[in-house]
Amino acid sequence: MSFIKLLFLVFASSAVLSAFMMITTRNTVYAALYLVLTFFSTALTWLLLEAEFLSIVLILVYVGAVMVLFLFVVMMLDINTAATREGFVRFLPLGAGVAIIMMLEMSLVLGPKLFGLDVYPAPMPKSADYSNTEAIGSVLYTVYVYPFEIAAVILLVAMVAAIMLTLRRRPDTKYQDAAAQAKVRRADRVRIVKMPAVQRVNDAAQQGEGS
Amino acid sequence: MAEFLSPLLNLFPEGMRAIVLILIQIMLVVMPLVIAVAYTTYAERKIIGYMQVRIGPNRVGPIGLFQPFADVFKLMFKEIIIPSAANKFIFFTAPVVILFAALVAWAVVPFDDGWVIADVNAGLLYVLAVGAAGVYGVILAGWASNSKYALLGGLRSAAHKIAYELAMGFALVGVLMASQSLNLQEIVRAQSGSILHWYWLPLLPMFVVYFISGVAETNRAPFDIAEGESEIVAGFHVEYSGMGFVLFMLAEYASMILISALTAVMFLGGWLSPFQGTFLEPVFAWIPGIFWMFAKIAILLFLFIWFRATFPRYRYDQIMRLGWKVLIPVTLVWIVVEGVAVYFKLGPWFA
Repeated sequence: MSFIKLLFLVFASSAVLSAFMMITTRNTVYAALYLVLTFFSTALTWLLLEAEFLSIVLILVYVGAVMVLFLFVVMMLDINTAATREGFVRFLPLGAGVAIIMMLEMSLVLGPKLFGLDVYPAPMPKSADYSNTEAIGSVLYTVYVYPFEIAAVILLVAMVAAIMLTLRRRPDTKYQDAAAQAKVRRADRVRIVKMPAVQRVNDAAQQGEGS
Repeated sequence: MAEFLSPLLNLFPEGMRAIVLILIQIMLVVMPLVIAVAYTTYAERKIIGYMQVRIGPNRVGPIGLFQPFADVFKLMFKEIIIPSAANKFIFFTAPVVILFAALVAWAVVPFDDGWVIADVNAGLLYVLAVGAAGVYGVILAGWASNSKYALLGGLRSAAHKIAYELAMGFALVGVLMASQSLNLQEIVRAQSGSILHWYWLPLLPMFVVYFISGVAETNRAPFDIAEGESEIVAGFHVEYSGMGFVLFMLAEYASMILISALTAVMFLGGWLSPFQGTFLEPVFAWIPGIFWMFAKIAILLFLFIWFRATFPRYRYDQIMRLGWKVLIPVTLVWIVVEGVAVYFKLGPWFA
């Protein structure tokens, strides 16, 4: 068994194990961390396939951003695990049925008949200066430019819609307008008033005598 | 590097030599890094001391030079306190995670031409991905401590790191467009010419944005809301004592040095001499490139410390506004400007 195969077995089994732990553990923070471990192991198996761009982007996007937001939410929740487990027996037949159907479908599509080595021969290892990133970029922006841009626009629309749905106007909150603060000049805040000087003491005393 | 190590390597059997060589290279990077971290803490206390018209540490050793070791020994012998309701496993994992993220990125940092542990083609992406993983240490430390202050610190850090990571990523897109490469060595080579060819000039907005985001990513003042002692005591590491606290400090300073090294590599020409292309170049040709690299790192580290002595801490909403509404638009605009410059081959930088 070659070293790379050993690495693959380690990463692949860790991916499957942590995915299993993620759905069985009761602690929500642990579940999120197991999901992070699943992403990490998957990224490492992709690295063994010489897909370094996808592997690093998986870590960058999912581990670095998406899961941080997940943890952010999960950490603040106080989920009652007993309540979520109440319907377990009642929904078990339905869930098991769905799981069996999905496994059947996946085995039909991903079976050795369609993905065996004779259908997809193992790719030749590329030389060290071959850049996977460059190859993906040049294909993405030439051959697949329309699907790529359309997908980007759809995501943008989804984002705008999500923000609009959750936006609420709250005129009562005290919100600082940084632009207005920066625009303020001295004249808006301070008024310098010139007053005639106060008269000297002996002048005032003479005036007092006079009156 | 492999040449002068060959007598040592011959002691090992054939199959192990590659692993031994990598281990030696890792030690050659990590040991000086730990010493550098120790003396960065000393430099910080001294510099801030003089900026505040104090003397700073001067009791241990000549002019206080052994102060960092005294600090480390003190912390090592302190009792480790575990909060009674803390999640012990994650409580002890969090400092390890944060240190891991601060050390792993050094694998792709080139110190001189060819002096790099792993010459990775996608080095720039790797650096970003590893930096993104560092936030887990802070969040987990905040959660596992089972303390209100620590949790608040962790949450604050999660939100502000995501905002600044985007600005950082866009700044790196600028570097990628200018150098046409993701390999950090290629990026340095693309900057050769003269001090005006380094990317700080054509990518000036990116340089500023990257360094500001770097300060924010390392949780340093004025962006240290994750530990803001005036409102949440010490934030995410409030419950840590002894060695756990040492690891947090080590990671903070190691990532400070890392951000300085990356800024030097991407915007200040890495190991290139600042006198390149002038009449002084032959005069200073005997100085090895690694010296220039260290000098640039030292200058940027001084900036980190200077910021801490100068700026008051940002308020949370101000940090968010700066990240999302100032830094990200600036980088987006400059990417467009740069795209035009690259397309029309605007000299001398994009020719």
